[in-house]
Amino acid sequence: SVAGASAPFAARAQEALEPHTWEQITNYNNFYEFGTRKDDPARNAQDMVTDPWTVTVDGLVDNPGAYSLAELIGDIPTEERIYRFRCVEAWSMVIPWNGFELNKLLAKVGVQDGARHVAFETAVLPDVMEGVNTPILDWPYREGLRLDEAMHPLTIMATGIYGRPIPNQNGAPMRLVVPWKYGFKSIKSIVRISLVAEEPFATWNQSQPNEYGYYANVNPNVDHPRWSQASERVIGGGLFARRQDTLMFNGYEDQVASLYEGMDLTVQF
Amino acid sequence: MSAAAPALGPWLSSYARKVPTWPVYLLGLVPGVFVAWDGVTAIADGVDILLHGFGSLALQFLLASLVVTPLLRFARINLIKFRKALGLLSVIYLSLHFAVWLLLDLQLRWGLIGSEIVKRPYLTIGFAAFLMLLPLAATSWQGAVARMGTQGWARLHRLVYPAVILGAVHFVMQEKVWLSQALVYLAAALFLVSLRFLWIRRW
Repeated sequence: SVAGASAPFAARAQEALEPHTWEQITNYNNFYEFGTRKDDPARNAQDMVTDPWTVTVDGLVDNPGAYSLAELIGDIPTEERIYRFRCVEAWSMVIPWNGFELNKLLAKVGVQDGARHVAFETAVLPDVMEGVNTPILDWPYREGLRLDEAMHPLTIMATGIYGRPIPNQNGAPMRLVVPWKYGFKSIKSIVRISLVAEEPFATWNQSQPNEYGYYANVNPNVDHPRWSQASERVIGGGLFARRQDTLMFNGYEDQVASLYEGMDLTVQF
Repeated sequence: MSAAAPALGPWLSSYARKVPTWPVYLLGLVPGVFVAWDGVTAIADGVDILLHGFGSLALQFLLASLVVTPLLRFARINLIKFRKALGLLSVIYLSLHFAVWLLLDLQLRWGLIGSEIVKRPYLTIGFAAFLMLLPLAATSWQGAVARMGTQGWARLHRLVYPAVILGAVHFVMQEKVWLSQALVYLAAALFLVSLRFLWIRRW
């Protein structure tokens, strides 16, 4: 529905993908702030208040500040993006997101010379997030992207699914979606966006550096130390659904491989 | 409690004497039916529910079987007649856990199954625990004790000690983070096994 330079990217990315159901997408979540089981977030995230919501933008930007969500993104039109979603745990879904390219938000806040990465932070709400009261991860949940990854037209900020506001368990009111990376990079319920010069702190990478790389690109040739990444279980197909071979960059190789030219992806995984 | 009331240990023991063992099997299978139901009716990922559900039950019943002897020794509560049922229920759930992994998760990709067991320490450990428990299940019938001799049978069944520790370690290692629930199981396994070291002299 949105014209512009990015349309061909989006069109190719959406080819022949059958989205999972709303029930599947909203009842099978990793959101450790609300519990470590897949059905915990759907049950426990309902008390999170997402309106009003403040997002702090800081670092190497022209327009830093604490923005209300409406101030920050209210004037950016959204579009639908149907993306594969591949979890580092070797399961996958197809999700029809509603959102906008992150580069539009970054253009609005004005990225300064010298910025090389974008750092993101999830809300910490101890009253409604039982998980942040336990030290299973170094809260707040943080993630980052290299600036060229953040500017890539496939990288979106999602505010909806199936044309409805994104549910709390899926990262309301605004989350990142980077379809060629493992799902944990797509940080939820964002309260801070910082433009920085150095590679920022990334929660899972810091927690287990040998298991979760900063890049976390979907790669069937680089195993997780505890399981193979060569294939994946597609969620929702019933008990006897066939495993599916995992695609390089989760099927977005044509669009994103050039970002990593000259890199050894087994080392920078 | 009045002075005339019997002490808990003897009372429980005499009550246990009157109860047959078959209801333990029946009751022990009930949580497995719930797991199976949850798995079959799952909205998103039934395989994960079956895998973790059966695995957790296997570990829980194995730990329960290891509580029986200390209960007798320290609390004079005699539930020995149920110990075999608890152990066999554990092996039943462990077999289901393993079958779900082979059939539904890895879907009989034998090359992958073999390489996963060899390459992933938590799977090597879990598989070793499974192999250790199989001969115990196979010698759980009355005649086996007679054929092997009480001493030989008892020696073989000490495999349950490494098996329960390996099972708990497997459970801890497959989590992405240090979960208190998994660590409680490991602590319980270490505690129950270390109790044996306190009273078993001959290894």
